[in-house]
Amino acid sequence: MSDGELIGSYIVPVHPHTVLAPEQNEGWGRLREAYDDAAQRIKESEADLLIIYSTTWPSIIGHQIIADPNPEWVMVDHDFHELGSIPYSFNIDEKFAHDWNKANEKRGLKSRTVAYHGFPIDVGSVVALKLLNPDNAIPAVIVSSNVYANRAETTVLAKACMDVVKATGRKAIAITAMSLSNRMFTKPIEPKDDRIHSLKDDEWNRKILELLGEGRLEDVGQLSRTIHRQIRVNKVVAFKPMWWLSGMNSNRNNLTGKVLAYEALHGAGGAVVHLDPTPSGTGDIEYDEDDVEYFAGERNVLDGDKKENQDFESLDVESISEEPQKNGPALWDPTESKDSVNSAAAPKPVGAYPHARRVGDLLYLSGVGPRQPGTNAIPGGPIHDADGKPLNYDIKAQTQAVVDNITRILEEAGGTIDDVLDVTSFLVDMDRDFQGYNEVWAQTLGQVGPTRTTLAIRALPTPIAVEMKVIAKASKAE
Amino acid sequence: MSKGEIVAGCLAPHPPHLVYAENPPQNEPIAEGGWEQLRWGYERLRESLAGVDYDAIVLLSPHWQTYVGTHFLGLPNFKNLSVDPVFPNLFRYHYDLDIDVELAQQIHDRAADAGLAVTMMKNPDFRVDYGAITTGHMFNPSWDKPLVVISSNRSRDYYSVEVMQEMMIELGRVTREAILASGKKVVVIASNSLSHRHFTTESAIPEDMSKEHIASHAMHLWDMRMIEYFRTGQAQRILDEMPEFTEQAIAESDGGGLSWLLSTLDVPTYPGILHGYGTIIGTGNAIVEWPTRNHKEASE
Repeated sequence: MSDGELIGSYIVPVHPHTVLAPEQNEGWGRLREAYDDAAQRIKESEADLLIIYSTTWPSIIGHQIIADPNPEWVMVDHDFHELGSIPYSFNIDEKFAHDWNKANEKRGLKSRTVAYHGFPIDVGSVVALKLLNPDNAIPAVIVSSNVYANRAETTVLAKACMDVVKATGRKAIAITAMSLSNRMFTKPIEPKDDRIHSLKDDEWNRKILELLGEGRLEDVGQLSRTIHRQIRVNKVVAFKPMWWLSGMNSNRNNLTGKVLAYEALHGAGGAVVHLDPTPSGTGDIEYDEDDVEYFAGERNVLDGDKKENQDFESLDVESISEEPQKNGPALWDPTESKDSVNSAAAPKPVGAYPHARRVGDLLYLSGVGPRQPGTNAIPGGPIHDADGKPLNYDIKAQTQAVVDNITRILEEAGGTIDDVLDVTSFLVDMDRDFQGYNEVWAQTLGQVGPTRTTLAIRALPTPIAVEMKVIAKASKAE
Repeated sequence: MSKGEIVAGCLAPHPPHLVYAENPPQNEPIAEGGWEQLRWGYERLRESLAGVDYDAIVLLSPHWQTYVGTHFLGLPNFKNLSVDPVFPNLFRYHYDLDIDVELAQQIHDRAADAGLAVTMMKNPDFRVDYGAITTGHMFNPSWDKPLVVISSNRSRDYYSVEVMQEMMIELGRVTREAILASGKKVVVIASNSLSHRHFTTESAIPEDMSKEHIASHAMHLWDMRMIEYFRTGQAQRILDEMPEFTEQAIAESDGGGLSWLLSTLDVPTYPGILHGYGTIIGTGNAIVEWPTRNHKEASE
């Protein structure tokens, strides 16, 4: 089965007022109406899976995914317990949860499934599922917000999720349970007195909603750190859900957005927003944070290796991911000459050579591997560790990354992947990897139709399993 | 009515690993031991108080996190299953605990009079946080003393460590007043770790002690600095350095428990007894007792 897709996204508020007390305040009532509107839209969409990323479920050991097929309990909010209790009984897609967990591991993420009787489903997830899926007709899956995760890890979490959505042919809805500004009043208030805590919070909330209304989700994602500094109380989770939601939507900026409601919940900004994948606008990207396919961050901290005594304060995701020599020999800037073609979007060479060279009507590419530009990470994982110990890796992910890198170099030269004429592929383990490599080839370059030669070799300069040497048609030089 | 008394103040951390390693009948998972340094520390704390008569335990838990003021459990009994949302593989505990509602209400009322935002929690479906249960179990496994459980007002998140501390010192002051006015003998407990940087991975056997160590040397230095102050009666220095400690050691004192405890003890100038120190998944944890009963001049 294939061709699964994300058919919609929603942003919904977390506090229990919309379930327990919508009649006590007009704004809470409008949020409830918007929730009901969203539920109707989801029902009519024929979605077969709801995926919730909740900011009110913090986790430490990577991300956690609910895998209990029928969690049942009674939820009482830590702050708003006087509003009452919310009994719940949910329909969880246990298999999807396990598949997502495996997909996370393939992309280098630490995660685990959770299926324990009495596990406390968090308030944000409970509110979202009670209102968006009132009859439990659509199975759901819930993932935590890892307190130590940064953008790279959160983005890869989304990509791993979409790997499973696509592979299993699901029609999925992504939901972030979150506040916009999250500064609440620190004293009890009368419901009639509720309002956004400050004009500054309100101004930022409206800016966020303006962008979302225009479908510019990736812009909001790239502003996450700024938004967090400006209008977020320093709770254990940052303004991460936009990273996840944008990742679920292929980091697009041309969705069709509609703000269904925006109101205060004890001072915090609560909004119900629908993002439809139908393209709108130009979708240009105004910022330039690197994309990331594979998480190569903090790991093996319990294994007593050389990282053991490092100061964890310096072990943030960025510093590790950007470590230039992590996956092999030193990196070089590509050499420049009259006919050379070099791309900042392609991985740096491991020697003194260009990414490509134009000769007449032809373009000769240096051998292209799967390493990622900027981070030097290897999608699908390296084939061995720093000590030469073999590691499990995903040849399909590596092959796809090679094709992506070829595409970037060709685009730098003004061409496309369709210009490829001839490919020589090198595999370090023909027996193990040929089939997976061949499958990705068939879906990518195989559709273009270049000639191909595949060779088995003993090793490549970096711990990768596949490299391709390409000759392509050259577009006219500028 | 005779005058109330604080018989001891304790720093008594709550990582659920400790209950897991003890294998009490209330907890579902089974362990092969682990974290013995800390569990022996709790043993020494219990032995230290074995002959001491007291009526109630007043406990502030950083895992009942409230953003709208400070809350108090306000019903006589809570019975339920507590599953740790972070370590559900280790902690699924069937609890049955009694609350000293009268004392809770007295502290609540004095706090309200002092201008603090406070609420009594009276929803019977409320699940008590695992931090309160872990410390409650490790301190008093027989659960034969009623508790007052106080939430952690996250004022540090909203304002700063300084503002948090100002509020917790005030809460500690009225807690002390309420206890002394109640005629009861009470143990007060702050349930928090010191440095609080976790590993983000867990070994296949969680209780594999060959994998356990402090997260970093910087965290160790901060923990030892605080312990030195504990052991030499320099509580005021702890309060003075709280902003730096909380920020640089990512300390769980951000929840206000330690500041509240020291204020409740009237900022002791006598030594605390270090019963144990150890790390749990990278965090630093100390079990400390201030034997106020031996310092009557300071405890009344």
